[in-house]
Amino acid sequence: MLGRGIVEGMLETARNFLGSYVSRERLTTVQYPEERLAHIENARSFPFLVYDGADWQAGMRCVSCQICEKECPPKCIYIEKSVDKKPDAVGRPQNYPKVFNIDVSVCMSCQICVEVCPFDAIKMDVEYELGAHDRFGGLLLDKQRLSKSNEYYHRIHPTEAAAVDAALAEERAKMQAKQQAAAAAAAAKAAAPVAATPSAAIPSAPATEGKA
Amino acid sequence: MSSAMHPAMDMAAERGMQLSPAGESGVQLLEVSMGPQHPSTHGVFRMDVVLDGEKVVKLKPVFGYLHRNHEKIAEKETYLGNMPYTDRLDYICSLTNNWAYALAVEKLAGIEVPERAEYLRVITAELTRLQNHALLIGFLMQDMGASGTPLMYAFREREKIQDLFEALTGSRMMSNYMRFGGCRVDAPAGWLAEVGKMVASFPQFLDEFEALLTGNEILMARTQEVGVVTRERAVNAGLTGPMLRASGVNYDIRKVDGYGIYNRFPFRVPLGEHGDTYDRYMIRVLEMRESVKILEQALKEIPDGPIQDPKTKPRNFRPKVGEAYGRIESPKGELGFYLISDGTGTPYRYRVRPPSLINLTLLEEMCLGHNVADIVVILGSVDIVLGEVDR
Repeated sequence: MLGRGIVEGMLETARNFLGSYVSRERLTTVQYPEERLAHIENARSFPFLVYDGADWQAGMRCVSCQICEKECPPKCIYIEKSVDKKPDAVGRPQNYPKVFNIDVSVCMSCQICVEVCPFDAIKMDVEYELGAHDRFGGLLLDKQRLSKSNEYYHRIHPTEAAAVDAALAEERAKMQAKQQAAAAAAAAKAAAPVAATPSAAIPSAPATEGKA
Repeated sequence: MSSAMHPAMDMAAERGMQLSPAGESGVQLLEVSMGPQHPSTHGVFRMDVVLDGEKVVKLKPVFGYLHRNHEKIAEKETYLGNMPYTDRLDYICSLTNNWAYALAVEKLAGIEVPERAEYLRVITAELTRLQNHALLIGFLMQDMGASGTPLMYAFREREKIQDLFEALTGSRMMSNYMRFGGCRVDAPAGWLAEVGKMVASFPQFLDEFEALLTGNEILMARTQEVGVVTRERAVNAGLTGPMLRASGVNYDIRKVDGYGIYNRFPFRVPLGEHGDTYDRYMIRVLEMRESVKILEQALKEIPDGPIQDPKTKPRNFRPKVGEAYGRIESPKGELGFYLISDGTGTPYRYRVRPPSLINLTLLEEMCLGHNVADIVVILGSVDIVLGEVDR
């Protein structure tokens, strides 16, 4: 009978319309921005720089090796290397970025910078409400705006952050063992008249424990 | 030109204005530019249509509005750096794009893919197919004037798939997930169970979707016998994917090549009989049902193990000198990547064989003799994404 298909279709529409009052399955929308969905753990938006401890400058993990700058497909990262050195996350003296800019209007959130970073210094944020009135300055994030604490990283990506912390702790332990061995060797050498060894100048690891 | 036409035309002729010739119906031909911002063109696509009354007598597709130098950029990027750009070809099916590109590079460099990664690839590719076909049908109905309802139902299902993609790859659309020799990350805990739930509920959605659409008289009237492509024309024009199979040609690269691990899945290839728009709609519904079967089997069989060939490294990837063509059955047809390596870290040549563009070849032929409103429906059934047409 002509029109039967239409009537059956209408019944389907009615089922969905009425169902939306009783079933979450059929009413899947939320009233953004009053109502928000919790973010999915693996979600990513734009990169940020992780720092350990309380001071974002002292605890900055980035050693400005500039690998991310080189590998970034749209070339949205700009880094200037420092001249002096500071201890990195595992206690080695390393350079730090004097300038570290990411132009998020160019960034395409591909997370290749995260993949190639050997120091676990750059990670993906989940912040997506980055609208700015100034499209040049407002979206060009500098070192300070990019820096976020390790606690924040743990909050947004708990599983991944725990794995990173474990790996870093292991490396730090290795580094400390090496330093102790070096110190012991230096002490043994101290019996000799020439005492000033370079290993004594290495500062101790920053206070970064107590996460996770 | 007969002068016994509209007085305005006579006036125009008196003033020496050039008038286009009259068509068969005796009315002057009218040239209409549909697009590039027309809502029915699925992006920035333009059709220069010459109309005789309501009938199409000539149609010229114009594209290139979204051209962004994809292939040339790829010659300057590293092999890894190209992966996120492939997401942006057909932005609805980023995971199948990833797979095609990864397949080409793996052929080039002779990389093996671990078992679990192969299964993850099949699962993500078939989810992509579900999402693409559901969305295509939604948009086709939207073009036909079913304003919103079927499209929103399709979007509701797509949203579930997008959430799964976000949980796995980190991004809803721009996944950048596949790597040469595997996948970037393993599925998070409980992800496969979530996919299983989604796959189990999908046939119900398909039943409802079909109850809404398949028997609908308006849909039949608008699509049957509209935009017919014969078997011979489809083969000669190089159509692939659902477009080709709707014309009755049994050609599915998943069966022909058996790339990845597709020869382990006993799925059927639905074929059309008439090659009209209704067949192209129906093919998509049936393919979704087959995809559900593939997904169910893949979820059952997926083994534990590594997801990445340990020999490959993300940085300083330099395949040996040579060339390779990797192709897969993307939801839209044959998606191929042709690569030439000169032994450096960037491809010497990078070429994409986009199904959307080549399936557009017969657009004029399909539209001739039909009404203006049918152009919109025919174009909708071709299933194009301008990111891929223009590159």
